[in-house]
Amino acid sequence: MSFLLVFAIVLAIGLVAFLAGRQRALAQDDGTVKPHSRPHYHGWWAFLTGVVPAVIFLAAWDTGASAYLNSHIHSSLPAEVADGTVAHEDLAAGLVKSLARGLRRLDDQQLAALPATFAELQPMLAAKGVALAPDTQDYMVPIATDANRVSDRLDLIAAAVSIGLVVVGSLYGLSRISPRARARNNVEKVMLWGLLGASTIAILTTIGIVLSMLFQTIAFFEKISPASFFFGTVWDPRFAAAGSGGAEGQFGLIPLLAGTLYIALVALLVAVPIGLMSAVYMSEYAAPRVRAVVKPALELLAGIPTIVYGIFALVTLGPFLRDISAALAGGTGFIQAQSILTAGLVMGVMLIPVVSSLSDDIITAVPQAMRDGSLGLGATHSETIKRVVLPAALPGIVGAILLTASRAIGETMIVVLAAGVAANLTLNPFEAMTTITVKIVNQLTGDLEFNTPQTLVAFALGITLFALTLVMNIVALYIVRKYREQYE
Amino acid sequence: MTDISLDTLAQQPARPRRDIGLKKRYAAERRFRLYGVLAIAIGLVFLAIMLTSIISKGYTAFWQTTVTVPITFDEKVIDPSNKRATDPNVLITANYPKLAENALIEKLGIDPKDRATVRKLKGFLSEGSRVQLRAIVLADPSVIGTTRDVDILAAANIDSAYKGQIDLSVPESRRKVSDQQVEWMNKLKAEGAMVEHFNTGLFTFGASSRPETSGVGVAIIGSFYMMAIVLMLALPIGVAASIYLEEFAKKSRFTDLIEVNINNLAAVPSIVFGLLGLAVFINFLGLPRSASFVGGLVLTLMTLPTIIIATRAALAAVPPSIRSAALGLGASKMQMVFQHILPLAAPGILTGTIIGLARALGETAPLLLIGMVAFVADYPKTPFDPATALPVQIYMWANEAERAFVERMSGAIIILLIFLMAMNIVAIVLRRRFERRW
Repeated sequence: MSFLLVFAIVLAIGLVAFLAGRQRALAQDDGTVKPHSRPHYHGWWAFLTGVVPAVIFLAAWDTGASAYLNSHIHSSLPAEVADGTVAHEDLAAGLVKSLARGLRRLDDQQLAALPATFAELQPMLAAKGVALAPDTQDYMVPIATDANRVSDRLDLIAAAVSIGLVVVGSLYGLSRISPRARARNNVEKVMLWGLLGASTIAILTTIGIVLSMLFQTIAFFEKISPASFFFGTVWDPRFAAAGSGGAEGQFGLIPLLAGTLYIALVALLVAVPIGLMSAVYMSEYAAPRVRAVVKPALELLAGIPTIVYGIFALVTLGPFLRDISAALAGGTGFIQAQSILTAGLVMGVMLIPVVSSLSDDIITAVPQAMRDGSLGLGATHSETIKRVVLPAALPGIVGAILLTASRAIGETMIVVLAAGVAANLTLNPFEAMTTITVKIVNQLTGDLEFNTPQTLVAFALGITLFALTLVMNIVALYIVRKYREQYE
Repeated sequence: MTDISLDTLAQQPARPRRDIGLKKRYAAERRFRLYGVLAIAIGLVFLAIMLTSIISKGYTAFWQTTVTVPITFDEKVIDPSNKRATDPNVLITANYPKLAENALIEKLGIDPKDRATVRKLKGFLSEGSRVQLRAIVLADPSVIGTTRDVDILAAANIDSAYKGQIDLSVPESRRKVSDQQVEWMNKLKAEGAMVEHFNTGLFTFGASSRPETSGVGVAIIGSFYMMAIVLMLALPIGVAASIYLEEFAKKSRFTDLIEVNINNLAAVPSIVFGLLGLAVFINFLGLPRSASFVGGLVLTLMTLPTIIIATRAALAAVPPSIRSAALGLGASKMQMVFQHILPLAAPGILTGTIIGLARALGETAPLLLIGMVAFVADYPKTPFDPATALPVQIYMWANEAERAFVERMSGAIIILLIFLMAMNIVAIVLRRRFERRW
């Protein structure tokens, strides 16, 4: 019996309990005692006492069962395979598992007369649309059938116990129904736990991010020393073909970090002046009618997916800059099609609305009295902005710029398409450099094994990126919050 | 009095005004304003250039050239040894492109024995004719031996030439269509056999190595599954979390921790969520790679902070008097929230959710890491089947070299932008329609 079916049955029984509970509460209300809760709360309470334990049991059993099945398959593999390296044993277990999954598709008749060799089995499975790896061995067939039998038995136990739980639980809930029973309070207590659980998902996500990357990073540092990662100046991971061995490759962070920061710097040089000036114009000068049109138009820039910016840089802007430089220099151009300049420019435009909407909020938060004071003393509008408003808003603007910078560092699609993949160390903005995010994508697309440094390095890069942006975000949020309190 | 002072002023030589640099200051003022206008103009001009460049490259993708030829379902080509009654594979593996070629030879009036000319016909019609003609024969084997008109897709290069995208003044050896092919093309065009249709294939086809038979069908389904999963998970969880934080949580170290976490998650680079998905969902929990289910989970985690922040703002905007009134009439706190506050905050919550969904729809980076960069030709039947997503399909086409793929890619971007625009318009309409000012 499948997991979903059991779940559906549990829910159906719960629903019956809900209806029965409501009915019972209605029947008990003879007008002599004032009921504490309305009938449907009694119904919900009967539902919860049945369904909640059953679902918790199902989830726990499912996790435990798959772990048990795994160890069962591992222990039944023949000794010569189990003695081999862990990777080989995992490989064999994986083959058994996919074979077992394939056998599920066969009907009872075929299963009863199952051929003993894989060579005979394969066409039968292929007819059902199951493609299996050719190195599946004959000895795996009985193990797979055995695994299926064990998992069937486990599923049956799970179904029986959870259905038993939901029935017993609902009956208990139903038996507690009486006019003065505090059903509403009970139901609301469970709801409150549910709400609390939902809000802890944010914490769980952060923990998940940190732990998942930390484990892989530790595995990476067992193979490559942290010093050569953090201070290495050469990035040459050498995608070694499986089994060639020996070739370790070099994983120096410095060229990637330099590229990331350089491109972010170019982007900020574009985004900060333009974004800040448009925010100033829109909050201090623009008529409300102009503002109502221009502000959403600028925010369109923020709504366009970054892949579109990347494509624009790749297909239009990059070739355009290359051709212009070629026309200027005569012959070959000095700007490469994929360059720091192209990526930085496009990213800068993408960040304009980020800077402008953040600084717009901050500039509007500066009290009007300060402007009036300055204007009253005879300063022009622009002098007021330059000497009074902007200095007053400066801490907030710094926070906004930090937030923008963290966006620039973590941006992926624009640099994947426009910055290039060569890990150079250069100061020339017309050449290609690569970034941390580009390398994460490069190392993790395509077929991958989880035990090579070539793959694991992506997690080390990821945790570096996470730490970098986290620090910037925390500082920025702190500054922005502090600043907001100052004028409230 | 005015007259007098004017007279006296006129008589006296005007005293030179003390120069306090007003002129300069006003000039600076005008310059400053100009900078502001310029900054906005740069942003808008860039937006305009980007959209025009994409639309001008992509709008032609919505048309596709087809050639109508009378196909003779010749038994000698389909089933030369007459075994189709016993072996069903004959009809599947038959050489269908040959039928299309023969039909075209007849249509153009070429001598079938003139091998040199016949060879030039190669690459005129799409290889996709194999699938198309096979479907016709398999659906009704009795067509064998008859003749009927079929619209066959033109190959990508001929399609580009027909749309005038290939410069015919370049020497023949350096372009992808030969003079002979252009001549045939013009002949067919004059006869009315070669026409442009609306390109429905762009919306229905999956991945393909040939531009004319590739489309965003699989990607749209994948994206749809992911959006459905994000909506089903992120909306309830996000609303529940916001209700707890906004209405129930007491100020404590724990709630502070949650708040800091949510604010930070909103600013974590999206690619980090992809790493999380790869390490936890695929490697640890063993969920299938390339599946839209995993993509949906990753995007859910990414969208949650956006929805929580929007929902909390919407809840906080409901005035306290409503709460006091509900509580005063004897509602419990839970009843107050679910029966009074939540319905009033619903428009704000929905707007925030739609905007979060729009962001998730355009997100690419995390999906690359969980293996959605996949060549998927068949429609995914469930969210656990391999699929791809609209922006990922665009990314994959960006890596193709052929010109026709750039056209398809720009067309796909237009489709993506239309989806996003529709979602944002819905959000704006919802806000205008139902927003209440208290």
